[in-house]
Amino acid sequence: MIEARQLKKSFDTQLVLDGVDLRIESGESVAIIGRSGGGKSVLLKHLIALLQPDSGDVLINGESIVRMNERQLLRIREKFGMVFQSAALFDSMTVAENVAFPLIRKKKFTPGEIEQRVTAALEMVDLPGTQKKNPAELSGGMRKRVGLARAIVYEPQILLYDEPTTGLDPIVADSIDHLIIRVRDQLKITSVVVTHDMRTARRVGNRVLMLHEGKIYANATPEELFASQDPVVRQFIDGVADAKETIL
Amino acid sequence: MKFLAETWVGEWLTGLGRIAALAREAVMSLLTFKVAWRDLLYQIYFIGIKSQSVVLVTGAFTGMVLGAQTYFQFHKIKMDTATLAVVGVSMCSELGPVLTALMVSGRVGAAIAAEIGTMRVTEQIDALRTLATHPVDYLVVPRLLASMIALPLLTIEAITIGIGASYLVGVYLLGIDPVYSWYNMLKYTGDIDVFIGLTKAFVYGGILALVGCYKGMSCGVGAQGVGRATTEAVVYSSIAILISNFFLTLALQRVVLMLL
Repeated sequence: MIEARQLKKSFDTQLVLDGVDLRIESGESVAIIGRSGGGKSVLLKHLIALLQPDSGDVLINGESIVRMNERQLLRIREKFGMVFQSAALFDSMTVAENVAFPLIRKKKFTPGEIEQRVTAALEMVDLPGTQKKNPAELSGGMRKRVGLARAIVYEPQILLYDEPTTGLDPIVADSIDHLIIRVRDQLKITSVVVTHDMRTARRVGNRVLMLHEGKIYANATPEELFASQDPVVRQFIDGVADAKETIL
Repeated sequence: MKFLAETWVGEWLTGLGRIAALAREAVMSLLTFKVAWRDLLYQIYFIGIKSQSVVLVTGAFTGMVLGAQTYFQFHKIKMDTATLAVVGVSMCSELGPVLTALMVSGRVGAAIAAEIGTMRVTEQIDALRTLATHPVDYLVVPRLLASMIALPLLTIEAITIGIGASYLVGVYLLGIDPVYSWYNMLKYTGDIDVFIGLTKAFVYGGILALVGCYKGMSCGVGAQGVGRATTEAVVYSSIAILISNFFLTLALQRVVLMLL
């Protein structure tokens, strides 16, 4: 279970999170939506303690991670997998080495087991036979899928996705959506997906949280949210710019 | 206090504090044997083998010019055969370790800062952290250890080449007596000078790797951030090497006096 209590964070003078409260139960699949630059990725990074809040608390299975040091956090982070917006593959390694990285670091597996798990993870993300390729040779969608394979290869309990479909064409984005759903259903893990793509939010989330002006503005099922008549929610779902922004 | 913290003095002190914290974390990592040994070997190869050309050229030409200049002065007072003795002591205790460290910091310190800095701006360091890997264990410690192992070895190489080149210039170009020169050099250059030189090289290895890693880890955003981190890594490690050289010389001299 992931819980955030009154999370506040600002960068210089810009207030990004202004008291975020959320609770995500084990096995749930939650999409966090909101405008670009609205603090969604910042919120996600707080859940795995890549960023520390100015105030407030984050609890993983009831344990506060805010005041832990980097070494104490290693134990907590073993429960997590994260797919980055830029995929963040290690560019000095091949695809197989990237995916095998967390297994090699754990020092619990034989080379044969590692190879088997890497092959299985790459097959799950529809990239069999790409082991020897370098990340630079892959397209944006393929890189994200390798990033996902690397995040699921050690079977974490929680998967965090940072803008998994941003910058991809609609067909590749669609395949990534299906992949997220397949991983969620087959591995039975908690998923938190940060996105501003409404189609992704609707498909992958059992519940959708909307971040607006540094706070959780809406918390509903996708059906409820898409039927909402609230002007702020409606504006975001329909993709309508303010009059002021239209002129700009 | 706030005013002080916002000036360059405050920034400088904060930086020193952070480097100290990084060094502490690296020592903790070493004590718990969390080092990536395969990377350590690669880093020794990268720092040691790939710096050969830089170190050979630096060592040879420093020895040659030092030999020639010393000869020009000593020749006036008929002390030609003391030339190699001066070269030996200078190369072992000062020029060998300092110039090797400065040259290697230009090559390796910059490369470390650029590599780690790029990893930071492309979220690869965050990816490491999410994969339950401490960046200090994986990135800093192998580079730090490798640098502290490689630099003394490179310094020995630079000293040997420097003295050899100086001998060749002195004997075959300037006509110094080879037997007396060699005898005087062995008489005045002691084990102590080699000990001082290698101790310095070991410390400088630590300084240049630590500054490079720190600048990479604290790199700003974008290509500009990486560029700045790289430049600062070279400038700050060079300055730190030159300043610490003075204090190390005094401290090591005192240690030597106590031991003798």
